[in-house]
Amino acid sequence: MNATTTLACKPGDYKSDVKPIWCPGCGDYHVLLAFARAFAELGRPAQEIVLVSGIGCSSRIPAYMSCYGFHGIHGRSLAVAAGVKIARPDLTVVVASGDGDGYSIGGNHFIHACRRNVDITYIVMDNRIYGMTKGQPSPTTEPDFDTALSPGGTGLRPFNPLVIALASGANYVARAFAGNPQEAGALIADAIRHPGFSFVEVLSPCVTYRPDQKAWKERVHPPPVEATDDPARAARRLMTDDGFNIGVLYRGNRVPYGPRAEAVVEDLAQFEAEFEF
Amino acid sequence: MADDPVSVSVALLGSGGAGVLTTGQLLLEALCRAGWNGLLTRSVGPQIRGGEAAALLRVSAQPVECHSGGFDLLLAIDWRNAARFDSEIALHPDGLVIGDPAGGEAPAAMVPASARRGDLRCAELCRLHPEWRANMIALGAAARLLAIPSEILERVIDNRFGHKGEAAMAANLAATRAGAEAVAAFALARALPPALASPGKRWLITGNEAVGLGALRGGVRFAAAYPITPASEILEWLAPKLARVGGSLVQAEDELASVNMIIGASYGGTPSLTATSGPGLSLMVESIGLATAAEVPIVVVDVMRGGPSTGIPTKSEQADLNIAVYGLHGDAPHLVIAPQSIPDCLLSTQWAVFLAEALQSPVIVLSDQFLGQAQGAIARPADIAFVGRRLRAQSAGGAYRRYAITGTGVSPMAIPGTAGGQYTADGLTHTERGVPTSGALDHSAQLDKRCDKLEQYDYGQLWATLEGEGDTAVLTWGSLTGVAREALTLAANRGVRARLIAPRLLAPTRPAAMRAALVGVRRVVVVEQSHGAQFHKYLRAHYDLPADTRVLQRPGPLTIRPTEICDALFAENVA
Repeated sequence: MNATTTLACKPGDYKSDVKPIWCPGCGDYHVLLAFARAFAELGRPAQEIVLVSGIGCSSRIPAYMSCYGFHGIHGRSLAVAAGVKIARPDLTVVVASGDGDGYSIGGNHFIHACRRNVDITYIVMDNRIYGMTKGQPSPTTEPDFDTALSPGGTGLRPFNPLVIALASGANYVARAFAGNPQEAGALIADAIRHPGFSFVEVLSPCVTYRPDQKAWKERVHPPPVEATDDPARAARRLMTDDGFNIGVLYRGNRVPYGPRAEAVVEDLAQFEAEFEF
Repeated sequence: MADDPVSVSVALLGSGGAGVLTTGQLLLEALCRAGWNGLLTRSVGPQIRGGEAAALLRVSAQPVECHSGGFDLLLAIDWRNAARFDSEIALHPDGLVIGDPAGGEAPAAMVPASARRGDLRCAELCRLHPEWRANMIALGAAARLLAIPSEILERVIDNRFGHKGEAAMAANLAATRAGAEAVAAFALARALPPALASPGKRWLITGNEAVGLGALRGGVRFAAAYPITPASEILEWLAPKLARVGGSLVQAEDELASVNMIIGASYGGTPSLTATSGPGLSLMVESIGLATAAEVPIVVVDVMRGGPSTGIPTKSEQADLNIAVYGLHGDAPHLVIAPQSIPDCLLSTQWAVFLAEALQSPVIVLSDQFLGQAQGAIARPADIAFVGRRLRAQSAGGAYRRYAITGTGVSPMAIPGTAGGQYTADGLTHTERGVPTSGALDHSAQLDKRCDKLEQYDYGQLWATLEGEGDTAVLTWGSLTGVAREALTLAANRGVRARLIAPRLLAPTRPAAMRAALVGVRRVVVVEQSHGAQFHKYLRAHYDLPADTRVLQRPGPLTIRPTEICDALFAENVA
């Protein structure tokens, strides 16, 4: 890291001058603040951070920050981020996603990103609804939640992202609440510091299509026990989790993915020799 | 049709897993070391073991780019599934059939009544000598019929199997000798012309390996891909090499991930490539449009196979032209480049990396199974100076405009880590700064910019292969270029001169250059390997063709032969 990393940074340094398109009262404003607080806490210069996202309300976040951003297509942010980090391990790479982008269209990449364990941090803003397309059910929507696309509810069991993450090999599993940006910022910073693939589910209420989520602030609570590095204990806890435990739930110690160190640059003539006769 | 006095063609057949392809490779290597040139292609069924496999070899003193009309020797380890090839492989009337009577009968459709027949009792010999391999017996027989010096054959076998120990080597050599003895009474109707006395240093390389080397020469240092036939050899060749030049290759969970991984790596400043076939390209097109919109250089190699859907994974076709040129939604200019030969797989891939970097654009390279899995002897390709150089923004202070409208359409690209260069690369319509917008003026300004940068660029002579003269032209592309070149030689032998026009750059199109290439041409024969005449329709959409334009086209995997093109040139009234 160069010398600039030690300079004091303020959360405001990480915000851009672009005005968010989010509805007034959206939880994502607080996540934006939490990101800024996390980056400031880490003291990482904005030009050394890459924030990657897909499609959806939450995925708009890169334009609102002053770091490097990549706003790609729906569901593929983890793949873009893996490419950035593997090719440029010197950068801090963070991914912002939502419950539709990350768990539905991008669900397969989620599993394999956990498995691959590249040293990136995955923040999913979960509001249990598709906001940008005006209120369709997502994989985390409750089965009886009535929408125009699913009259009477989907009848489907909600996806449990934390259990999937743990089972797939994520090296860090946590839940944050947008309504407490200070705590969420500290959690995101902790997740970035932790080696390997870190996953933070952020409960981020949609005030427009899920006004019922305003009650989340009454429901969130600290986890009853400390974080564990034992996947079996973490699994038992996550299976009985009420969905509102806020904090670190699992801290693993897997070695992050990285190219094996090989004897450096060779002249391509060595490869060409194998064809010669 | 003994129309070809200068080459000999051999088809080796057997069940999948019997070692037919290995035999073909060893035979090719021995022939090339003995001073000949050759081309080896494969045609196999879908089964890994127990299906059908054919190694098709054509040998000549001159470089070989395609197969001729028929085969001089049909040699089968067994005939169990050979009938599946009966529309692909035909023996000359004076040809020789060698097979194992215990392994079934030669399919009647392949073998003219006038052909001579001999036995090679592979199964029985292997029963007597359990350490022998049937394909080594076949190798010995083929080598004898082709008059390959035994010391060269033994060296080639030793190179391949020497590491397995002396006993294995002795068994292999004994098996080849037995094979040679079994056919001692036979000779091919046409002997090979004399080998080159001093052929010089040459390469024995496949098209897929040449793509890999072209990528490295062009500066690619990151690849991500998902296994797929017939592109996997590109990845398997690149994986260890990339690690040794400080790069890396990631096996992604699917093609959606692989193309987005290379977009990410390239956004980070590393020239990047993926390789796939038609089904994978179908999954990638949305992301290739992202690379167009966000102006991220990437190279996507499509080794085409029979389609649509799963199609024929193991056999060649030229039917991905439409998806490569038109498959992206919205107006998404990008480049499409088609290599025309094994050495051109290297050149075209290297050029593709160069253009991707120079123009900050996705480039699709359309190879095909024929080229990709063909192995041939080629002159050592010259080092050319195409190493991708991206126009980078150096510490851009103030309000950096990543998508600034410039005279060339290419804007300086800030690489993460560059202070003051922070921007968001975006698939949303954006302003010059990269901020999302839905404004009509910003939209048209960026559409113009991305179109202009590809249109204004000077692609030079590489845009097409232009050879010969005359008022008749063969217009073709990709792996059929070599077939057309041979057809023009056949035509010249019949006293007719004709031109070869084969665009290497399929997108963007070059109307002025094509107009110049067609000056004085009154008759065009379009030659392509697709059912829907995709290339002909593409030409019609973008270029003015003469009234006398005819089309010689069929789907894969039945390759169009030089004689067919030659006949089409002479035909007076073709619809």
